[in-house]
Amino acid sequence: MQILYLVLALFLLLNLGAGMWRVLRGPTAADRMLATQLFGTTAVAVLLLLAQAYGNPPLRDVALVFALLAAVTAVAFVRRAWPDQETGHDSE
Amino acid sequence: MILSDYLSAALLIAGAVFFLAGTLGLLRFPDVYTRLHALTKADNVGLGLMVVGLAVQAESWAAAGKLLLIWLLILLAGASVAHLVAGGALQRGILPWKR
Amino acid sequence: MEAVILLQWTFDTFLGLGLLWLAWRALACPDLFRAIVLFVAFGLLLAMAWVSLDAPDVALAEAAIGAGLTGALLLAALARLRSSETNVEVAGQPEKKGLKVRNPQWLPVVVLLPVAAGLGYVVLSLPPDAVGLSAQVAANLETGGVSNPVTAVLLNFRGYDTLLEMVVLLLALLGVWSLGGAALRREDAPGLVLDTLSRLLAPVLILVAGYLLWVGAHAPGGAFQAGSVLGAAGVLLLLAGWRLHAGLAALPLRLALVAGSGIFLAMAVFTLLMEGQLLKYPPAQAGILILVLETAATVSIGVTLAALFLGGRPPNKQDHR
Repeated sequence: MQILYLVLALFLLLNLGAGMWRVLRGPTAADRMLATQLFGTTAVAVLLLLAQAYGNPPLRDVALVFALLAAVTAVAFVRRAWPDQETGHDSE
Repeated sequence: MILSDYLSAALLIAGAVFFLAGTLGLLRFPDVYTRLHALTKADNVGLGLMVVGLAVQAESWAAAGKLLLIWLLILLAGASVAHLVAGGALQRGILPWKR
Repeated sequence: MEAVILLQWTFDTFLGLGLLWLAWRALACPDLFRAIVLFVAFGLLLAMAWVSLDAPDVALAEAAIGAGLTGALLLAALARLRSSETNVEVAGQPEKKGLKVRNPQWLPVVVLLPVAAGLGYVVLSLPPDAVGLSAQVAANLETGGVSNPVTAVLLNFRGYDTLLEMVVLLLALLGVWSLGGAALRREDAPGLVLDTLSRLLAPVLILVAGYLLWVGAHAPGGAFQAGSVLGAAGVLLLLAGWRLHAGLAALPLRLALVAGSGIFLAMAVFTLLMEGQLLKYPPAQAGILILVLETAATVSIGVTLAALFLGGRPPNKQDHR
């Protein structure tokens, strides 16, 4: 089972790397922010898998903190840092 | 391997498939609104399946409860952020994609 | 077993390469917003790297501060930068030609070279086969008052480090406050979704802060992690439009800000007088003393981080008179 957990964790990490493309590409600020939201969810899954693979339950607390704070950055973006005019054009 | 191991493995792999679908959606969908679907639906289902798969193996009810709490928190964050971002994007005049 | 080791190696390699790549992109990116987003992603990967290095305490701190709070703080600072830029344009200050202040690009290099040389010297002068101090920590853990070695080091064996860190945090806030008052900005109503989110999430954040504080005695957790989660609750409430009551903004806020370092200092003086040594607790009372210190530190760290996010001294009653 340990091998399955680690394979899946690696798979999710590669998923995360693929999602980086969207952060770099944009085109809008919202797209970049959303991609980090995906990273948060994926990171939670990776941490839970690692916690199980290494038999190290405290790692679940790291995942818990990630899950708790997943919304804070995105809300700060929507409420404060989103410019009124989008420079990037949103059609590909 | 016992029965719960097989169940757990099946759920975990199914979860990973949903994560892959979410990433594909993030990369391939045409505009910010459709990408919101990919992120907040596929990924949350993927995490849910993984949480159930790990909860089958959990050492205690409390640990399973913590896993469930993590999933609920991610669901809450995903749903709220999707709504806020979509609202903000409409307000800023980003037009939804039309075929 | 070989497959497991191979998998761990692959995982760590991708993680390390990803970290380096993200760091480079974040530094090289000309657009500040993109750099912030990359930095948030960097924080997420860094937390995973700490997990991979079997340092869950640091991973917890990185998750709470790096991935959660720093992003919000940087985004708020970016918004402040943008608004100050537009204000200058509205004020219509003519740009003086020829007198433009240009930062010479070689200046940071000159400043940083000695630092790099010094760090390099320190690294090279380390003994090649260092054993570390973990054996001493393990030997003295019984008198430390807590069973988590990290908490024992931070709050007991090397308590003055933590004391100074608390003071550094306070100094950072003083720096921000000396730059001016909180920006008076009109905000849209938070709307039903954000309102509900903050009402649901803030109590859970406070509860988890308490959990991390308590669990720090025997497992990964502690004051800094709990304080950051508490600070995140403050940030979320501020984003949802909550403001500190003017009556609480003067003395009560300042008391909360200095509670951590104040109680720490008082404890340091007390132990210096009673035990003859700085922050040397009597072993029998060490556990409860650490809990008291950590509770005060958690409150102070949380309030300081939320105040940093506010970006200036909140208006109080005296200002209205």
